[in-house]
Amino acid sequence: MGVDGGTDQGAPPSDGAVVGDELTRVDAEASLNVPSPSGKLAENILYFARALRDAGLPVGPGAVLDAVAAIEAAGVGERGDFHDVLHAVFVKRHEHTLIFDQAFAIFWRRKGFVEKLLAAMSPEARPDKEKSAKAEAGATRVADALFKNAGDDKNAAPSLDLDARLTMSSVEVLQSKDFAQMNAAEIAKAQALVADLVLPEDRLKTRRHAPATRGLRFDPRRSFRRSLRAGGAIDLVRQAPILRHPPIVALLDISGSMAEYTRLFLHFLHALGRERRVSTFLFGTRLTNVTRALQLRDPDDALARCSSEVVDWSGGTRIGASLHRFNREWSRRVLGQGAIVLMFTDGLERDDTRELALEMERLGKSCRRLIWLNPLLRYDAFAAKAQGVKAMLPFVDEFRPIHNLASMADLCAALRGEAVGARFDPRRWLKAA
Amino acid sequence: MASSPAPLPTSIDETVALLKRASYVGDRALATVIFLSLKLERPLFLEGEAGVGKTEIGKVLAATLGRRLIRLQCYEGLDVATAVYEWNYPAQMMAIRLAEASGDHDRDRIEHDIFSPRYLIKRPLLQALEIGDGGAPVLLIDEVDRADEAFEAFLLEVLSDFQVTIPELGVVKAETPPIVVITSNRTREIHDALKRRCLYHWLGYPDAERERAILRAKAQRAPERLTAEIVAFVQRLRKQDLFKAPGVAESLDWASALTELDALALDPAQVSDTLGVLLKYQDDIAKVKGAKAQQLIDEARAELKLAEPR
Repeated sequence: MGVDGGTDQGAPPSDGAVVGDELTRVDAEASLNVPSPSGKLAENILYFARALRDAGLPVGPGAVLDAVAAIEAAGVGERGDFHDVLHAVFVKRHEHTLIFDQAFAIFWRRKGFVEKLLAAMSPEARPDKEKSAKAEAGATRVADALFKNAGDDKNAAPSLDLDARLTMSSVEVLQSKDFAQMNAAEIAKAQALVADLVLPEDRLKTRRHAPATRGLRFDPRRSFRRSLRAGGAIDLVRQAPILRHPPIVALLDISGSMAEYTRLFLHFLHALGRERRVSTFLFGTRLTNVTRALQLRDPDDALARCSSEVVDWSGGTRIGASLHRFNREWSRRVLGQGAIVLMFTDGLERDDTRELALEMERLGKSCRRLIWLNPLLRYDAFAAKAQGVKAMLPFVDEFRPIHNLASMADLCAALRGEAVGARFDPRRWLKAA
Repeated sequence: MASSPAPLPTSIDETVALLKRASYVGDRALATVIFLSLKLERPLFLEGEAGVGKTEIGKVLAATLGRRLIRLQCYEGLDVATAVYEWNYPAQMMAIRLAEASGDHDRDRIEHDIFSPRYLIKRPLLQALEIGDGGAPVLLIDEVDRADEAFEAFLLEVLSDFQVTIPELGVVKAETPPIVVITSNRTREIHDALKRRCLYHWLGYPDAERERAILRAKAQRAPERLTAEIVAFVQRLRKQDLFKAPGVAESLDWASALTELDALALDPAQVSDTLGVLLKYQDDIAKVKGAKAQQLIDEARAELKLAEPR
C-alpha cells in the first residue's frame, strides 16, 4: 500500500529523528506494548500524545490509535508529511495548532527531549519545586490582591453590625449592603443568596417546535400518526415554539477599583450559567476569556481557576483597546443567537476616548441588548462627567448600578424584559452631564 | 455529472495531483487531510473565515471523483424532518380517502400501502446513505455552526453508524459510507464530540504565491500585471486592522470586476470605487478609501518592482 517510507525519503531528517527507517517496518497491528523494533514508532507516537496531553491538548487514547492507523495508511517518509498527518489526527481546534507545532519541533528531534518538553510547555507540570512554589505564591498573591476582604471597614460601620444580629432583618440588610463593605462572613452569605436569586425568566422563541396542548400551529406528522392509530378520525395535535434563554456575554473590568464587586458578580454569572450559555471575558490591560473556568460546577473552584488564568490584575484600564480586541476576535464567535451583553466597568478610561466610542458603537450594534453595570452608581451624586463615561453612554441600552444584592435582583428583573424605566435610561445621564 | 466513479487516491501525492486537476490550489497539509479522510473513512471538518474555499472542496471532490454531490445547508431550526426524511402527508391522506371510498377496509393492507417508500420524501442525509450507480456520494454539510446543538447531537449519531431508523420502514444503512465534508464559519463553537469524530483542518488565507496561482487558475481573463498587483494589494490589505479581511472569493470577484472595467493595472480611483467588492463593512471601506488605497497601491508596486528579475 503506502508503506515504503524508506525508499522515497526526501529531505534528510534532522539528527536523531526516528522518522525514516521505522516506517518501513510498521506492521498492521502496531501493538503498543510490544517492545520490538516495529513497535518503536507507535511507542513514540504514544509518548508524543502524552506530551500533547500534558501541554493541554485533549488527546484521548482513541486518537493515538487513529494516529498509528493514519501513519500507516499514508506511509509518510518526509518530515513535512509526518507533521501534517499527526496534525490532522491530534488537532481539533485552530488555537491548538501553535502548541502542536512547538511540541512537534521539540519532540521529534531527539527522544530524550520529552522531559524537557513537558517542563517547558505545560503550565501545570512541576519539574522543579521552586518553580511551583513561585507559581503558587503568585496565585495566592493575585487572589489576595483581587479579593481583598475589607476587614477594616467593620470598625467604620458598627451600627450595621448591631442590626445584623437580629436574624429576621439580617437578610434584608444584606440585600442593600454594599459589596465593598462586606466582611468575609457576609460575602459568604451573599454568595449563597446570589445562587438563590430568582433567575430571569427571559426565554425567547426559537425556530424549533414541540408538542403543546395550547399551541397555535398544527403538527402534521404527529396528527397523522395519531389518527392512524385511532382508525380514521383525524386527531389534531398542536405545537408551539420551543423557548430558550438567550446567551449572555459578560465583559468584566478587573482593574483595582472594581475588585470587590467583581467577585460577587462572577458568582452571579456562575449561577446564570446553569441554565444558559454564558461567555465571560475579563479585561484590564488585556482581554482574557474565562468562560471555561467558570463552567466548573463549584463556584469557588471556578473563581480560583479564573484568577489563575488572568495575567494582569494591576490597575489602570484600557477599555477601548480591550473592546477592540473583543470585537475583532470574539464578537462573531459569541454574539450569535441574540446574545445580551453585560458590561461591568466604571468607565474610567486611561487612553483616548475616540477609539472607545467607536468600539462601543460596534458592540452595541452587534448584540441584542447592551447593559452597562456601573458600581459608581452607588453614589447618589454620580454625574456623567468623565470622558470615558460620556463616550460610552450613547451606545448602551441601559445604565444600571450593581453594588448590592438588591441591584442584582433588579438586573434579573430587567433581563426578564420588564419595562426599563426612565431611571436606567442612559439619556438621562447624558442630559444631566 | 456522475459518470463512472474514479478510484480514490492512494497517496498524498495523488491527492495533490487530484486537486490540481480540478484547479483547486491548496497546500500539502490540506491534501494530507483529504487523503486521510478518504482513506480512514472519517468525515472532514473544515473551519475557517468566510470566503476561503471550504465549500469549494466538497464540490471539487465530487467533480474529480465522479460522485454525486448532496448538499445540506444548515440553519437554525434544522431538524429531522428537513434533514433526513418526511412522509408525504397530503398524498397519504388522499390514498386513505380513496381506499375508504372504494370500500376497502382492510386496515393492515392500507397501512402497508401508506407507509411504503412511494410516499417517503428523502432529504439530503437519507439520500446520502443510498448508493446509486455512481458509488458513495459526497455529502457536503455546509455551515454546521448555524444549526443548533440538538442537530449536532443528531449528526454525531448519524456520522458514527451511517444508519437511520425510519420507524415504519426499518433501518436504512449505508453499504459504503458517503464521503462527508463539514464546513463551519466559527460563529459558534462546535461541540468537541463532533469534532473528535472528524479530521479537523483550518483553512486560512493563502500566501502571495498561492493566491497568484489561484487567480491564474480561476480568473484567466485578467492580464498578468493586473493579477500580480491585485495579489500584492490584497495581501497588504489583510495586514491592515480591518474588521473583516477580504477572502479569496473576494479577490476573485475583484479580479473579474476590474477585468470587466478593462483595467490593465491598479488605478487609485478605480480601486476606491470598487472597494465594495473586497470589503463588506462600511468602517473598513472608510478606512481604506482614498489616501490609504493610494498608499497600498504604491507599496504593492514597489514590492513587485523589487521582485522583478533584473
